[in-house]
Amino acid sequence: MLQVSQADAKSGVQNSDFSQLDKMGMEQNSMATDKAVSPVVEIKNLSLSFETNDGPVHALSEIDLSIGRGEFVSFIGPSGCGKTTLLRAVADLEQPTGGSLLVNGVSAEEARLNRDYGYVFQAAALYPWRTIAGNIGLPLEIMGYPKAERQQRIAKNMELVNLAGFDKKFPWQLSGGMQQRASIARALSFDPELLLMDEPFGALDEIVRDHLNEQLLRLWDKTNKTVLFVTHSIPEAVFLSSKIVVMSPRPGRIYDVIDCNLPRDRSLDIRESPEFLAIAHRVREGLREGHSYDD
Amino acid sequence: MTFRNVLALIAAALCLLALASPLGSVAGVSLSLWDDVGLLVFALALIAAVLGIVSRKLTGGAADIVMLVLPHSGAWYLIARLGIADQDLQAGYWCLVIASWLAAWIFVDQLSAKKPKSPSLQRFYGVVVPVLFGVWLLILWETLVRGFQVPTVLLPPPSMIGARFAASTAILWADFQQTFLKAVLIGYALGCGSAFLTAILIDRVPFLQRGLLPIGNLVSALPIIGVAPIMVMWFGFDWQSKAAVVIIMTFFPMLVNTVAGLSISSQMEKDMMKTYAAGYWQSLIKLRLPSALPFIFNALKINSTLAMIGAIVAEFFGTPIVGMGFRISTEVGRMNVDMVWAEIAVAALAGTAFYGVMNVIERACTFWHPSFRNG
Ligand SMILES: Nc1ncnc2c1ncn2[C@@H]1O[C@H](COP(=O)(O)OP(=O)(O)OP(=O)(O)O)[C@@H](O)[C@H]1O
Ligand SMILES: [Mg+2]
Repeated sequence: MLQVSQADAKSGVQNSDFSQLDKMGMEQNSMATDKAVSPVVEIKNLSLSFETNDGPVHALSEIDLSIGRGEFVSFIGPSGCGKTTLLRAVADLEQPTGGSLLVNGVSAEEARLNRDYGYVFQAAALYPWRTIAGNIGLPLEIMGYPKAERQQRIAKNMELVNLAGFDKKFPWQLSGGMQQRASIARALSFDPELLLMDEPFGALDEIVRDHLNEQLLRLWDKTNKTVLFVTHSIPEAVFLSSKIVVMSPRPGRIYDVIDCNLPRDRSLDIRESPEFLAIAHRVREGLREGHSYDD
Repeated sequence: MTFRNVLALIAAALCLLALASPLGSVAGVSLSLWDDVGLLVFALALIAAVLGIVSRKLTGGAADIVMLVLPHSGAWYLIARLGIADQDLQAGYWCLVIASWLAAWIFVDQLSAKKPKSPSLQRFYGVVVPVLFGVWLLILWETLVRGFQVPTVLLPPPSMIGARFAASTAILWADFQQTFLKAVLIGYALGCGSAFLTAILIDRVPFLQRGLLPIGNLVSALPIIGVAPIMVMWFGFDWQSKAAVVIIMTFFPMLVNTVAGLSISSQMEKDMMKTYAAGYWQSLIKLRLPSALPFIFNALKINSTLAMIGAIVAEFFGTPIVGMGFRISTEVGRMNVDMVWAEIAVAALAGTAFYGVMNVIERACTFWHPSFRNG
């Protein structure tokens, strides 16, 4: 923890963009020490099935997972294994049919009403009648931030996702990738401690994806946010995460949890290092076995 | 062979036919084109022009000007010469009318072949075509009705309606005020407004949906002829009873459309509001009403027409001695058909303008909708 704070102070001098975030990060770090014992997300024996016309679909079963403050947890697994469903359950958008689920020590619903998390959906879902700036400011309007602070936060987050100058455009005038970046800025705008991201970079090209991966990593490093991140990309998961959860389908469950303790100030170059490749290999093995288990 | 050339050749053939055909007769003596220098010159000029088009000797801006000026001045002259015969006009005359119509059509065809870059020019062309269409409707109406001496009781020519319109602007204005400014606008505002509020109420208290929607449906199915006299009994002879009829007519379309519009936003858009812990009213105002706007404007446009019909028809069932519906029903009884048509013209103009205004507001409010988006 001490180490992290030092890193914060150092980079805060170098990079004025993040100075605001740094301060918040330090506050959160000191808060984290007393809260460190209680996990941000605590899932015990959770199951969730959907009632459909051809019988129940068991989307999740026997999920046990505990995510501590400041962790970056990636979820990876074949399509339909329940990654989105798990994230939605944490966000109180789906109701578990069994087990228990606590977010910040309270029920998922309370956490949602406390506005504890920001959610990035699989699609951008920007409102077409609002400009990009208006879309990013939407949660701030709803949460009653004063106008001046709204504008300042909009500007800061547009900068963060490299959309500066596009504030007056409408979503349908932007490319899909730009829309997705705007939706990330929207989720970050009210600075939630917990970020739930469902394949946020799935629609982006490799270069932009790399860039945003680095940005996200720095943001996470400096602010000590907790991130739950769904992805289909093994390198992305290994690069970003402190923990990788490999899931397997029918019924959706956790196949393997892989710790991934690469240095916090890593850069993209680390993807060529042997440690990185070893973890990536283990994730790939897990995915493959999870698949064959099913056939 | 292009469509334009086909039109041009038919026009040329009709002009040649006109040279050989009778125009009509005066006191039993047949008249031909050679007896009327003006029409003869017009026929020859038209032949020269369309042949110029076919042979590509007449092109570009010159072709545009010729095909705009020639058929329309010709049509004006044809109307001026409607009185040359004392019986019905004959084939020669009608060949010329149709030929000039085809020539005007060639002009429109030339216009629509152009793809102007500047948006103001595009808008101008967008206006010219419907205006020419309307002009030719009036020209054909005028020539046919007068040329075949249709009794004015059946159908007066537009010139006669126009003259009556100009002579009775005071009465028409009073009727317009009574029917449109009072009954239509007030009834429309109250009908659409109350339906909108009811839709919100239904949305907020879902069990009302099962009760209120069928009742709304029932009310809208009531025949206006039955409702109007009852409203007159309830609310008196003046505009209030007409406004009541308009309310009944406009309520249901607005209710159904608003209810449908409020349910159009996608699950993901609603989930997003949920993750911000937005309340009912916040997500209504920031998400569901904006997405409902295309539906709401649909209803507002339908209702602008329904309100006109409702207010005018309702006046047939008792009214003070002013109002468009009242005027129509009494002047029909007195065989003053030109006045009836003048009122119809007022109703058409007012209805079109009303619809047009709603259209403009719609575009301003739903510019983001895929059907309006540009760039
Ligand atoms: N609303 C729903 N009703 C019924 N079944 C559903 C519903 N939502 C998800 N499912 C089912 O639950 C399972 C898990 O779906 P989920 O969307 O969580 O998968 P995923 O891991 O996110 O897949 P992908 O990688 O393709 O996004 C699937 O079998 C899906 O068919
Ligand atoms: Mg998914």
